[in-house]
Amino acid sequence: MHNRVVITGLGIWSCLGTSLDEVTKSLKDGKSGIGMDMERKEWGYRSGLTGIVAKPELKGILDRRARIGLSEEAEYAYMATLEAMKNAKMDMSWVEKNEVGILYGNDSSAKAVSEAIDTIRIKKDTTLLGSGSIFQSMNCTVTMNLSTIFKLKGINFTISAACASGSHSIGLGYLMIKWGLQKHIICGGAQEVNPFAFGSFDGLSAFSIRENDPTKASRPFDKDRDGLIPSGGAATLILESYESAMERGAPILAEVVGYGFSSNGEHISNSNVDGQVRSLRMALNDAGLTDKDIDYINAHATSTPGGDLAEATAIDTVFGDSKPLVSSTKSMTGHECWMAGASEIVYSILMMQNNFVAPNINFENPDEASAKLNIAKTTTEKNIDVFLSNSFGFGGTNSSLIIKKIK
Amino acid sequence: MTQAEIIERINAFLVDEFEVDAEKIAPDANLRETLGLDSLDYVDLVVIIESNFGFKVVAEDFINISTFQNFYDYVGRKVAEKATV
Repeated sequence: MHNRVVITGLGIWSCLGTSLDEVTKSLKDGKSGIGMDMERKEWGYRSGLTGIVAKPELKGILDRRARIGLSEEAEYAYMATLEAMKNAKMDMSWVEKNEVGILYGNDSSAKAVSEAIDTIRIKKDTTLLGSGSIFQSMNCTVTMNLSTIFKLKGINFTISAACASGSHSIGLGYLMIKWGLQKHIICGGAQEVNPFAFGSFDGLSAFSIRENDPTKASRPFDKDRDGLIPSGGAATLILESYESAMERGAPILAEVVGYGFSSNGEHISNSNVDGQVRSLRMALNDAGLTDKDIDYINAHATSTPGGDLAEATAIDTVFGDSKPLVSSTKSMTGHECWMAGASEIVYSILMMQNNFVAPNINFENPDEASAKLNIAKTTTEKNIDVFLSNSFGFGGTNSSLIIKKIK
Repeated sequence: MTQAEIIERINAFLVDEFEVDAEKIAPDANLRETLGLDSLDYVDLVVIIESNFGFKVVAEDFINISTFQNFYDYVGRKVAEKATV
């Protein structure tokens, strides 16, 4: 007997806004969160384009001991989680009496690591790093800190799976609850936004250099796309068993009904249609649905020539007959990397709740593959009962999630 | 730097960085208990002393510091030693 797995809380901190209401408005308005970071140009970056993400002010909210262990991405994750727990009606006294877990996606803490090494090199003294450095520097900085701050007693680890980290965190949380191993898990993804984090990615010439027009630079599926734009922040989802949500009287926002995953078994950075198709079909099979049941696909499409081409081909392979509406919210957010798989579930649930599909902005002219898709160029009124969200990462890791409206 | 200036600077960073209530700072008060210091906090105390006064505290020196006055005196001695070198 498997448990039904529902989502009872959402929280978001991104370049589209720092609350659910603000982000909903940005999605509906097709507002870009992209701008320029001139510091990156001074550092020798090929592209200074980035998502512009607000910095949280935590003094007065968290005490010193809690604050100094938080890396930049953990600060974003804290803010997103605070919002998610609040709207899931999970207060601290309830959390302390129950077994709540955390599975969060994160795959770097480059700023914390780089600054620590710089200090050691200059000072020749490791003590002078201070006590917070190690807790900021480890990849599990988000789960390590949030489990302490929120006094969590359940499953507790970080998922590092490149740009599919956030998606796999939800997939694994779903499986653990479905199989009865946990009742409530905080899932999500976090991504730092700073010049330390993206230099090596910039070095691959993967980023758009349309710097004279930042809001037009991210153009997934458009034939004139020239690369992705790095971005970040954090997104949190509270997953729990349907039974637990009903017992608590928690708001049930949606149900996780399908998780598909695969590995390409090929190139480290090139996309692979076969791997993506296997992930899509596995998710549909897990959900017991067919292509015709999917109302909307939130595509992974990052605005790179090769990646978008492969995904358009994979979506057409599986959804060529039903042609559901497709958009990539990365056209507005840029690529939120480790966070993207979680944030895009949040964005899509906000669309589901408000009966619209957010636009794939800057999609002006299709290429041969994207011409076969039903891409939402503008905000489209639409009742979404079921949506699918793709996330693909370096190393060929693929993840597809299917989310259903609770009626 | 005068002893009064040293005390003023120490109290300022304890209030600002260690978030201790200024009214609880008194020469005879116990430093560890007032600040609620654990073993990790001592590392941060080393960092903040180094950045404010330019010398590195060795962990053993904390053994003889129990009150705020002990702390002021210790820093004052170290600053004076540094000035005479």
